[in-house]
Order: sequence, then C-alpha cells, then structure tokens
Amino acid sequence: MNEQAMKKIFSRPESLKPAMTHYCPGCGHSIAHRLVAEVLDELGLREKTIGVAPVGCAVLAYNYFNFDMVEAPHGRALAVATGIKRVHPDKFVLTYQGDGDLAAIGTAETIHAANRGEKISTIFINNAIYGMTGGQMAPTTTIGLVATTTPGGRDPDRDGAPIDISQMLAVCQRTVYIERCALCSVKHIQRAKRAIKKSFLVQLNNLGFSLVELLSPCPTNWKMKPWDAWKWTESILTKTYPLGVIKDTSGLGEVK
Amino acid sequence: MLMRGAHVVGEAAVRAGCRYYFGYPITPQNELPEYLSQRLLEVGGTFIQAESEIASINMVIGASAAGGRVMTSSSSPGISLKQEGISYLCGQELPAVIVNMMRGGPGLGNIAPSQADYFQATRGGGHGDYRVLVLAPASNQELAELTFDAFDLADKYRNPVMILGDGLMGQMMEPVVFRDPIDPRELPPKDYILYRHNLKLQAKYDEMTAKEVRYESYLVEDAELILVSYGTASRIAKGAVNRMRRDGYKVGLFRPITLWPYPTVALRALAKEGVKIGVFELCVGQMVEDVIMSVGGRSEVHLLGIPGGPIPTPADVQEFALSVLRGDGKVGKKVEI
Repeated sequence: MNEQAMKKIFSRPESLKPAMTHYCPGCGHSIAHRLVAEVLDELGLREKTIGVAPVGCAVLAYNYFNFDMVEAPHGRALAVATGIKRVHPDKFVLTYQGDGDLAAIGTAETIHAANRGEKISTIFINNAIYGMTGGQMAPTTTIGLVATTTPGGRDPDRDGAPIDISQMLAVCQRTVYIERCALCSVKHIQRAKRAIKKSFLVQLNNLGFSLVELLSPCPTNWKMKPWDAWKWTESILTKTYPLGVIKDTSGLGEVK
Repeated sequence: MLMRGAHVVGEAAVRAGCRYYFGYPITPQNELPEYLSQRLLEVGGTFIQAESEIASINMVIGASAAGGRVMTSSSSPGISLKQEGISYLCGQELPAVIVNMMRGGPGLGNIAPSQADYFQATRGGGHGDYRVLVLAPASNQELAELTFDAFDLADKYRNPVMILGDGLMGQMMEPVVFRDPIDPRELPPKDYILYRHNLKLQAKYDEMTAKEVRYESYLVEDAELILVSYGTASRIAKGAVNRMRRDGYKVGLFRPITLWPYPTVALRALAKEGVKIGVFELCVGQMVEDVIMSVGGRSEVHLLGIPGGPIPTPADVQEFALSVLRGDGKVGKKVEI
C-alpha cells in the first residue's frame, strides 16, 4: 500500500479527550459533546475556550471536553460564565447545561445573563426529564409524560405546563441568536452542528448572547429503547418544542 | 414492615399529619419526594416539585404561615440553599420539618453518606441568633419515631426541626413499625402571630435545652474508653464496641440523639479520670467540638474523622479504639484542648 496516498479524513476532535463517557446508550449528550468539540476545532478555538459545566447528567463534562472548564453550582452556570467572560473578554466562553439546571433552578441566572447580553454561547440540552437524579419531572416535561414525581403522568393542573425557555429568552432585547434543533437523526444532527457554529460565531463577532437548544433523547428515564426514544423525540417532543430558528438578529446569514 | 429509610420518613410524615411537601430533586434522597408525590396524592395533600431549593423552602414558609403541617427535604448542597429560608422560619417562629440526608462535601462533593453538615445544622448556617432543633436517627425505626416527633416538636416550639440523616440511612432497608396515623384536622389551631423578640426566642431555646435532650448510653458504666458517635456512624461504632467487649475490652458508646440541644450534661458526667473519649464521625471532625465542650478537660479526647467518600467498618473503628487504649496515636488523633 502506498502510504503517501493515505489521507486522514476522520478522527476524534482534539477538543474531546480520549475518554469513555458515562452516558447511557441512545443518550444525546455524547453527540452534543462531539458537535461542540468539532465546531471548536474547526474554528480553532480550543486554546482560548473556557467552558462551564452544569449539575445534572453532564456534571462530568470536564472529564470529556479537552479545554479549560469550571464546574458551577446547580443552575448557576451563566452567572459563573458571566464572571469568567467579564474578566477575560478575549476568551471564548460557553456553558453546557441541561433543562433542570438551566430551566428550573437556574432560570433567574439564565434570563438575566441573556438580558444583559453577555457574550456567551449556551448549549441547552432539553431531554424533558431529570436524568442524573433518576427521572423526576423537569420543567420541560411534556404533558402526560410519566416521571417519578408525576404519578399518572404530568398533569398541567397539578404540575404546570412545559416551559419554553428559548421563546422566553427570545423576548429579551439583548439576545442575538436562538435556535432549537434535535439530536435524533443524521439530518437533525447536521442542522444542530450548523446552529452551534453560528452561536459560536455570534460570540466571536462580539454580538451578544446566543443559545442553541438541543432536544435530546433520554431512553433510560423515558423508559424506552434507544431507537424508540429517537423516534419519540422527532415525532412527539418536537410538537411541544417546534424546531427552527427562534430569533436571529446577528446578520451573519446561513452558516455552512 | 420492611422499608427503605427515605420511604419511612415519608410514611411517618403522612401519619404525623403532614399534608404539604415542597422540594427539589437531589441525590441521595429522591426516594422521599418520589414516595410523597404518590402518598400525598392518596391522602388529599399537596406535593410540589419546586423549581429550586430556594423556592421550595419559601413555599414551606408560606404553607406554615398559613397553618399547614409542612415539610421539605434535601441533601447537603440543597440544604445550603435553604439556609436563608430556615433563618426566616426561626425568625417568624414558624414550625416546619426539614430533612437533610447528608452527602459528601464541600461544594458538589459526592453522593456518599457523610456527617459533614453538623456545624451547619447545629450552629445555624443562615444569619441571626437562631437555633434549629436537630434530631439524629440511627435506624429506620428511629426515622419513623423521630419524624413523627419532629412535627409535634416543631409545633410545640413554633420552630423548625431538622432530621439529620445521611445518604446511607435514606437507602437502607430495615423493618419498621409505624404509629397510628393522626388526622391533621384534629391538631390544635395555630393562632399565633409571627413576631417575637430574640430574647423570647432565647427563652424557647433554653427550654428546648432543658427538656428535649435525648441520647443513648451503651455499656458505659465500667468503660475505660467511651466512643461518641451519632447516626450511621454510631451503628458502626456499636459494632466495634460489641466486638471488643467479646474480647474483654471495657469499651462503651455514647450516642447523642438530639445534636442540638447537645447532651452536654450527660456526657460530662461520664468524663472522668481514667476514662478516655473516642469521637468517631463521618467528616473531618465537627461534633468533636461539642464533645470537647462537654468533657471540659476531664478526659482525654481522641478523634477518628473520616471525610465523605469511604464508608468505614466496625473493624476500622476497632483499630482506632485499640490505638486509643494503647495510647500509641497510630489511628486517629488526640485532640489538644
């Protein structure tokens, strides 16, 4: 074989450590990790990136991402990230948070960081459930979904309705770009990668706050097989959380 | 009935007439809110999974001010978030039951059992001159008894009561016998106002100190070494005492059940010339300060403090006890007073 002709066309992104993750089969986290890492590599950002990890299933993200990371208390990632970005405005700062972390206990920090227009990129994993603590209701849990704290399924009269944080953030004047994607097919995953790249470009152009919401399968706590969870994400979860660009005032146009 | 510790607390609370629970998920105590989400539904109560620990403790304030028999639960980092609300409960003289199934810290720590929130529970943690009555169950039966008592004590003193367990206790399966349920509608009316002066609060704390101290003394009469432990640690220590008694060593156990008020007088009576005190805690050493204050220099005090993470065995405590008896300082450390 002529070694000169061999060209490396696919490898692990440098922004990911060569570590086994603890995520369950069919979980969207490992895909989201990879997308974030690929985009950081493609934009040459790894050396200037500071990430903030949440509390939740991604609490150990710092073991998987190969760049500097800070672990925030539950829900406070965007407050911690604000402190980091204000000290190092030249660094690339991202938070990686789940729905319990970002949309329940961290709602105040999330809305106010977005409303200040912090130049931070947030990756928001929405799997409609508390994963790490074992399947309790999340604020994003859909009507009728059975969680361990919603006997008989989520009842809007008793448990409230699913919260659409991305729409809420779009109302804030200082948010620049918000898009919702899903991690449940090759097509959707590719779309998610373009959204992540655009979010990162918004920060690199110093435009303001951006967030990419990723609907993410949780087969373990939805009590489904991985493939069923992927199909459920596409056919049911997107009914509560329609996909697409929710807000874009960046003027950056479509990202390839 | 064979039950998991977290479920025992939930069942005892319902039987004690608790009809309101507000909390936020955190490991290792999720089985308690999960149990109550179903159980309170059955008895017409209210279960709300709040958006945060801060929200949940403030819901407790509201429900208690409105006259409800109310509780919340969490584990260490979540209890930190509730501290402001606990201070308000004390200041407003509102009864409530707060369960802390302690885990390793500081910060995020881990989810293994720990006793590292002793200071936070007994010294405050929130702001102001206040005290919380703190109960330390050591078995599922005591979880049932003390949870039941906690609601009555909270009402009696119009003060929050904390049940200080740990992650192991919440998960452990043991047989338990429950008291008959009471009807919350038959509880005496709560027609009091919220404001009381701090000196009156102090009078209440003094009364608690005088009347509510609980402890267990085990084989202490002839003991040359008395181990002092509470909660899960005391179960391990008792195992060590039993093993050593079989080998002829004069070892006993003193187990505080109320951590605040601390059984200072009872422990002081045991501390005398020729009796060594060995404190064993699942943290680097917090309760040991109460032991030092109680002993008042009458006995040598030694400490085995195992921080969150590993779970020691009776053999580990036995090694400590033997080292203290030998006086070689090889296991644990002598506390310089």
